[in-house]
Amino acid sequence: MKLYERPAAAASRTQLPFAPRGHVSQRIVTLLETDPADAAVILNDLASHVERGIAETADIVNSDDLQVAMFLLYGLHYGSLTGVSADWEWQPELVACRLLLESAFEAALRASVPVPELPAPTAEAVAAALFALTSAESGPSLARFVAKKATVAQLEEFVVQRSIYTLREADPHSWAIPRLTGRPKAALVEIQADEYGGGRPERVHAEIFAATMRGMGLNASYGAYVDHVPAITLASLNMMSMFGLNRRLRGAIVGHLAAFEMTSSIPNRHYGNGFRRVGFGEDVTWYFDEHVAADAVHEQIAGRDLAGALAEDDPTLLADIMFGANACLVVDGWAGAQMLDAFMSHTSSLRMPVVDAAVPAVPTTVQS
Amino acid sequence: MTHKAVPSITAYTDGPLLVRGDVEILDAAGEPVPRGRETVALCRCGVSSIKPFCDGTHKLVNFRTDPVAPQA
Repeated sequence: MKLYERPAAAASRTQLPFAPRGHVSQRIVTLLETDPADAAVILNDLASHVERGIAETADIVNSDDLQVAMFLLYGLHYGSLTGVSADWEWQPELVACRLLLESAFEAALRASVPVPELPAPTAEAVAAALFALTSAESGPSLARFVAKKATVAQLEEFVVQRSIYTLREADPHSWAIPRLTGRPKAALVEIQADEYGGGRPERVHAEIFAATMRGMGLNASYGAYVDHVPAITLASLNMMSMFGLNRRLRGAIVGHLAAFEMTSSIPNRHYGNGFRRVGFGEDVTWYFDEHVAADAVHEQIAGRDLAGALAEDDPTLLADIMFGANACLVVDGWAGAQMLDAFMSHTSSLRMPVVDAAVPAVPTTVQS
Repeated sequence: MTHKAVPSITAYTDGPLLVRGDVEILDAAGEPVPRGRETVALCRCGVSSIKPFCDGTHKLVNFRTDPVAPQA
């Protein structure tokens, strides 16, 4: 697959570990590789590039160029782009471009993700509706495939795909903390404190996942596999970033977290079993096993105390809570299907093979 | 002086019991069970694979917590 060429001279200025995929993302990469003081020429016509890119795109959710562009713009806020000046974060033209892209992305999501029937705005009713919505899913078929059939190479692909979000696990939802008050704020902090290790850095979930990657001989530095993953994988994270970073969408990010937690414990049990089946040890399976117990706690708090209490406190957010929950199911369903379809047809789900990884270090003995 | 919160056990509808605060969880032999996290969920449907903790499987067996016990 042909990748967009990166200008050699510019590449030496930053160390972005991935390439643009079209004229919009190319323009942003070129800009970020320019000294902010010298960037006026590029900034002047950036919005017109973005507008043209949006107009040319029939399906923004699966657009490589526009999803990489959004990934870059959100990276400025997370600080996840190696070597890029922090001065770009609140650069007005870049914020304007992000808003243009978000407007199109949100419209596409609202067009394809139905808002479920709204429950009464009470904590109990909202929790029950979220559990009903998430259990109505067709079932953890990717999880069952991982548990029963996936090869070591497919498990490696699975971890590479998951690394785009999971090496930043919990961060998109943390944007919501200062935008909430009272019960929902306390509930979100209770969940996020556990995500971030409860005060123990080695138990930060993103760090546990990095250990899984290293245990498989993969590169755990952030962004190492952006070039490998399809647009839909970036769209899954970009959607969370958009919901989290826009205060008006705080209902959606809360609903997203509830649905994410409610569809986690049981699949993670399958994932852990799949990695054990091919011989990986606890250094690799800890991440999945940890999430079986953790997310069984989080889903209860997220359903009633976070999403439910938020709906009680502000019923105008109820529709977005349910939209965000369904958006999680729909978009992650697409991303999961992309992987499962490739695995079932014995092809790769990635845009390019993982070549820089060591041969997966499958241990010869299964730990007891 | 720090305020010491009273430990709590919260019953979640159709789900587990969430335990918060300074409580020691003991197994059948009286040995402490490591909690692993601040807030833990105790299985009350009986089908968890990680008892005494919840693993979410109650959702697959349609566990229901109503009716609640009558008021004494």
